[in-house]
Amino acid sequence: MNNTNHGYLNTKGRIFDIQRFSVHDGPGIRTIVFLKGCVLRCRWCCNPESQSYDIEQMEIGGKLKTIGRDVTVAEVMEEVKKDRNYYRRSGGGMTLSGGESLVQADFAAALLRAAKEAGINTALESTGCAEYSRIEKLLPYLDTYLMDIKHINGAKHKEFTGADNRLILENAMKIARDAKQLVVRVPVIPTFNDTEEEILDIAKFASALPNVTRIHLLPYHRLGADKYKGLGRPYTMGDVELIPNEKMEKLKKVAESTGLLCMIGG
Amino acid sequence: MKQFFTADIPVSGRIELLKDNIFKNMPQIETDRARLLTESYKATEDMPINMRRAKAFGHILRNIPVTIRDHELIVGSSTVAPRSCQVFPEYSFSWLEDEFETVATRSADPFYISDENKAALREIYKYWYGKTTSDLASAYMSDEAKLAIEHNIFTPGNYYYNGIGHVTVNYGLVLKIGFKGIADRARLQLKEICLGEAHAVTKRAFLQGVIESMEAAIDFAKRYSAKAAELAKSCSDPKRKSELEKISEICSRVPENGATGFYEACQSFWFVQLLLQTESSGHSISPGRFDQYMYPYFKADLDKGAITREFAQELIDCIWIKLNDLNKVRDAASAEGFAGYSMFQNLICGGQDSSGIDATNDLSFMCINASMHTMLPQPSLSVRVWNGSPHELLMKCAELTRTGIGLPAYYNDEVIIPALINRGLTMEDARDYNIIGCVEPQKSGKTDGWHDAAFFNMCRPLELVFGGGYDNGVLVGVETGDVSKMTTFDEFYNAYKKQMEYMIALMVNADNAIDMAHAERCPLPFQSSMVDDCIKRGKSLQEGGAVYNFTGPQGFGIANMADALYAIKKLVFEEEKFTLAELKEALEHNFGKDGGANDTERAKNITLGVVKAMAEKGINVSEADIASIFSQVSGVQTGGNTARYQQIKELIDEAPKYGNDIEEVDLFARDVAYTYTKPVEKYKNPRGGQYQAGLYPVSANVPLGAQTGATPDGRYAFTPVADGVSPSAGKDVNGPTASANSVAKLDHYIASNGTLFNMKFHPSALQGTTGLESFVALVRSYFDQKGSHVQFNVVSRETLIDAQKHPENYKGLCVRVAGYSALFVTLSKSLQDDIISRTEQLGF
Repeated sequence: MNNTNHGYLNTKGRIFDIQRFSVHDGPGIRTIVFLKGCVLRCRWCCNPESQSYDIEQMEIGGKLKTIGRDVTVAEVMEEVKKDRNYYRRSGGGMTLSGGESLVQADFAAALLRAAKEAGINTALESTGCAEYSRIEKLLPYLDTYLMDIKHINGAKHKEFTGADNRLILENAMKIARDAKQLVVRVPVIPTFNDTEEEILDIAKFASALPNVTRIHLLPYHRLGADKYKGLGRPYTMGDVELIPNEKMEKLKKVAESTGLLCMIGG
Repeated sequence: MKQFFTADIPVSGRIELLKDNIFKNMPQIETDRARLLTESYKATEDMPINMRRAKAFGHILRNIPVTIRDHELIVGSSTVAPRSCQVFPEYSFSWLEDEFETVATRSADPFYISDENKAALREIYKYWYGKTTSDLASAYMSDEAKLAIEHNIFTPGNYYYNGIGHVTVNYGLVLKIGFKGIADRARLQLKEICLGEAHAVTKRAFLQGVIESMEAAIDFAKRYSAKAAELAKSCSDPKRKSELEKISEICSRVPENGATGFYEACQSFWFVQLLLQTESSGHSISPGRFDQYMYPYFKADLDKGAITREFAQELIDCIWIKLNDLNKVRDAASAEGFAGYSMFQNLICGGQDSSGIDATNDLSFMCINASMHTMLPQPSLSVRVWNGSPHELLMKCAELTRTGIGLPAYYNDEVIIPALINRGLTMEDARDYNIIGCVEPQKSGKTDGWHDAAFFNMCRPLELVFGGGYDNGVLVGVETGDVSKMTTFDEFYNAYKKQMEYMIALMVNADNAIDMAHAERCPLPFQSSMVDDCIKRGKSLQEGGAVYNFTGPQGFGIANMADALYAIKKLVFEEEKFTLAELKEALEHNFGKDGGANDTERAKNITLGVVKAMAEKGINVSEADIASIFSQVSGVQTGGNTARYQQIKELIDEAPKYGNDIEEVDLFARDVAYTYTKPVEKYKNPRGGQYQAGLYPVSANVPLGAQTGATPDGRYAFTPVADGVSPSAGKDVNGPTASANSVAKLDHYIASNGTLFNMKFHPSALQGTTGLESFVALVRSYFDQKGSHVQFNVVSRETLIDAQKHPENYKGLCVRVAGYSALFVTLSKSLQDDIISRTEQLGF
């Protein structure tokens, strides 16, 4: 390897986890790199420790654990490359998740670039909630943009996520135009967006985007509830019921009525 | 490109009926074989051993009850009661006599035995004192080896007390030329022997034994033919009547003659399998490449419209049921080690043919269907995987894996073929390998592999290092000195290697003693007739008649020893967190577990050991002496610094562990595995073959762990050791790809008697077609990196805990336990707990 142009490998960023053998986050077997820091504060978030950019303490199983560490792209890649055989055999690769990777756009772009240089497929799970110039930095190195569209109604979006959705919807159109592939994902959350009308509105919006053919419906789960306790924060979703499979199937049909290919789960 | 018929074929209603009948009652111990064998032995004391064995085999087959069960299409049973067993006093018997009163009530693999049968066996056993293979093996074995066995360093228990089994004969030959054809070969060979040649006398006795065995087997099938005809006559159900007539017709033709169709081939196959098991008490008599040798008969029948896919599937399903009809009673300790009534009849699909072309065919898929239809532990279904394996086959296998039955086991042609070539097989033979028992590769019809020759506990030599060669006050190993005076890691590691090498030599001594005993007392002419070159050489398998001869003893505890030695290297010598003396003390106090509650027990054991050793040296030990020794030992052994011991354990727990894809640790584990595999391959057996190591336990990691004190990997005393080459339970925390990468870093080629890697999956990782695709990719990627074997449990923790509480609701629940598949509820409590505590690889 020559030393020119490899400066990006030294780019530093903040992550809180690397999870291997993920099979529900983009195609095939993937390694997810979780970046720390998010612009939204979704009530149902299953990774509340991802939201603050600050390094913090979380209690897990009676022990305090430090959440967040600063790493270079090269360090992350060393871990990501370990499962190359699995990516090759399964059509998998690396997925950036969070948090919101766009908070650390330069780091995220450098990670994606490093993956592509290593011949590894890339995906990004993102809210799309950032200035478009940040998003543009990532697109050349990105194979699949998995973008959340949580609600079409701006007020309700703001109520449950802490932010308006205008920027997100605008960006969705640009990303659809510029990215290699955009897949729309909808976390289906009881009391927030789990009616047929709300899902239909999102699906309609998604189907109108250029080049978009796929939508994923991700049913609400409360696997993250313990973490709120560990962070000393309230879990404001309360005791809402999980969504029954039959209802998910019904919502899937609603989404499919727009002509999109729809799957439940990632 | 080849097209396969991949779809499921509907299961016949007959299968559920057959299955219900098999599992209705507790298995029983029957005595007909033992009685007939003994009658014959008494009448043949003047004969050469091979003739004697054949005569006894004939006497058994001509008189043992003939049983056709309701609804059966494939017939032939060794016992009247379903899933029951005969006994084999020629190998050993005293353990069973000792356990007559407990064998029906023990937790692992109970068998019912009637008072009448107990009395009958007591009478029979009178003849056998001093005459068993076990007796002769003991006479051959060195005292040092016996001492090491007594101290649980290794156990050659399997063959010390039982037949060898562990063979795949040339089933295809019987299908082709029948037993008549094989007898003719023996007759021809007899004619060719020059009476003046040195070994003419033994050759003749063997070949005559073969002919006698073939005739006996043919007569046995004819008895079934007659029985079926008799049942047909009195049968009022016209459908069953015609089935019985067909059975009668088939049994009159095979296995005497070559098979003319698929049904005959199936019945002929079954007689071979049944009779191998009747001749000797070994387990792991493995059908091997069933999809290959059965295929020509299936294809021909299908092409000429003589059979439907549905009926062919029904016949295969019936064979699967019959494989669960065979059973074997073991002593209580072995029953724990082999738990699940398992017979380890390994049947393998797919892979390359001897010319290197992919051999998958429609029968490969039908075998997988059969396991889905029957959902039973037998056969131990396996699949061979290589770069040319069709994706459809692996997807079909993944579907079976997803059911949670623990089948199939996956084997890597790309590792196993070169590994076998390295052991002297021709390329053609290596490509045609199949698996014996759990994970042991060999070439069918040419090999006496003695796989599973011993369990070697790699943790115990490390305990000997800490004891300076002594175990509970007795010198069992080599004197390697006081550990607290060792100043470098190499010094410590060398001491471990010395203990290993010494113990491996003793294990070889024990195995060779047993090997000789089998050759002299229990050669098997029937089995030998179907393995090359026994007939040509005029020699039984046991006397070295096979083309390829091996002895394969398996080491286990590799993950524990890798983690233990790594912890010592890092924490004692590099970081100086504690000293070897401190570690030794912590181990003796079981890391201060329960505040040192077990210390008194340990002091007692040490005292007992010392007293015994003194007594053996002829020193008189009084009660007062014992009390004094105990008080001295207790002074050292009890109390101590519990907090420090616990701190040491915490330091160890935090150290990097094998199974997490950390290159430094994994390469170290590779080196530690060599401490077993390399010394083993230096040795030869009396049949002229080489020793080759395996790295797998059966389920022995639980009972043998119970004989092992605390180890420096942080493992508490008497808890299970790691199974196979899998990481220690709960120590692999980076997911399945990381643990697979770690395991792949071991040298699987040198462990050519097989390695075993267990992975447990939550069903959610296998959801939908994409889940199956990811699973297949995982297997292929592990194999790309040169892993040899992998098998999967796909169950939820909750399911298993509930099954413990309500076994009655889970009678059919199948889980894979170290190399084979067993019904969960038949396992001992401790083994169930071990399965539950293993890391669950959550995939969502």
